[in-house]
Amino acid sequence: MNVLLVDDEIELVDTLAERLNIRDIEADWVTSGEEALALEGKRYDIAVLDVKMPRISGIELKKKLQVKYPGIHFIFMTGHGSEDDFRSGAAEAGSDYYLVKPVDIDILIRKMNEVLEKPSG
Amino acid sequence: MKELDTIGETGLRFFGKVSASISHEIKNTLAVINENAGLLEDLTLMAEKGMELDPTRVRGLAKKILAQVQRSDGIVKNLNRFAHSIDETGKRVDVEETINFTALLAARLASGRDVTFTTISPEKPIHILTRPFFLKALIFRCLEIAMAAPDADKTIYLKPETNEAKIQIRLTGMDLKEAWNEGGFPTEEDRALLDFLEADIEVNSTKGEIVLILTYMEKRSSLSGSPAAAFRENG
Repeated sequence: MNVLLVDDEIELVDTLAERLNIRDIEADWVTSGEEALALEGKRYDIAVLDVKMPRISGIELKKKLQVKYPGIHFIFMTGHGSEDDFRSGAAEAGSDYYLVKPVDIDILIRKMNEVLEKPSG
Repeated sequence: MKELDTIGETGLRFFGKVSASISHEIKNTLAVINENAGLLEDLTLMAEKGMELDPTRVRGLAKKILAQVQRSDGIVKNLNRFAHSIDETGKRVDVEETINFTALLAARLASGRDVTFTTISPEKPIHILTRPFFLKALIFRCLEIAMAAPDADKTIYLKPETNEAKIQIRLTGMDLKEAWNEGGFPTEEDRALLDFLEADIEVNSTKGEIVLILTYMEKRSSLSGSPAAAFRENG
């Protein structure tokens, strides 16, 4: 599976990508929505998105990535700053695929496998 | 009484917003620590299976964890300082320092909108006797309005100014020409807070400017801290 990680915390995404790579999951990372939208030449099965990012939020990015990569699946990660964040994110992502930081990597991988079995959207 | 209730609610709302934002920040540092500690564990497990473990790599990860611990410590110190500002009923404060600290509290919310705050230092330090927590609440409220309507530069400038009669905090760098005020700022709650601090606000939509006007409270007969204390004194 090809995974794209998008989070403005560089030290989080680069390390998480390395840990996924160790587990034979191909993961690339970027630190903004703009960078994610500028990527070319590779298809992704899953995008793991931070909800709160400067300029383009995870929720907005999801809509744009759905156009760029039809059929892509999404998992959201959040610091869960407020109940509003949680409600809007959970409504958008489905509460099963909305993980609160810090995330257990085994749970993340389990969610990735689960989400791949569902229709995208 | 109703006004005091309103002020109490406004204060609580402000405290809640700041606490939520800070908890979000702490969650982020914990997430980075979690991944780096997890990677250390991964590398150790791989070393146990015979893969070479590079000490430089381990040291690098340990440094990253330590840096995040320091970052968390800074965040918690700010939270502590903020929480204790409620204890300060009436206190003389440095206006620029109060602006800077409030801007720091709002920085995460601002970064979500790609907005930054810059304080323009006054020629001489300006001090005011005030209710520090509620002054921060008022400045924070102005910052919320400002960060929702920045001009193309996306920098909000905050300048403390003074003359003999009053102290002003001038916020510039906004585009207030079009629908920026759907919430009706200053609202009834904002007005209650302004009255409580004996302050006023002027909005100049053409200039993209908000001016917060504070009076010197030394001229008042009394300065009480909490809404409850004010109620006791007034009642």
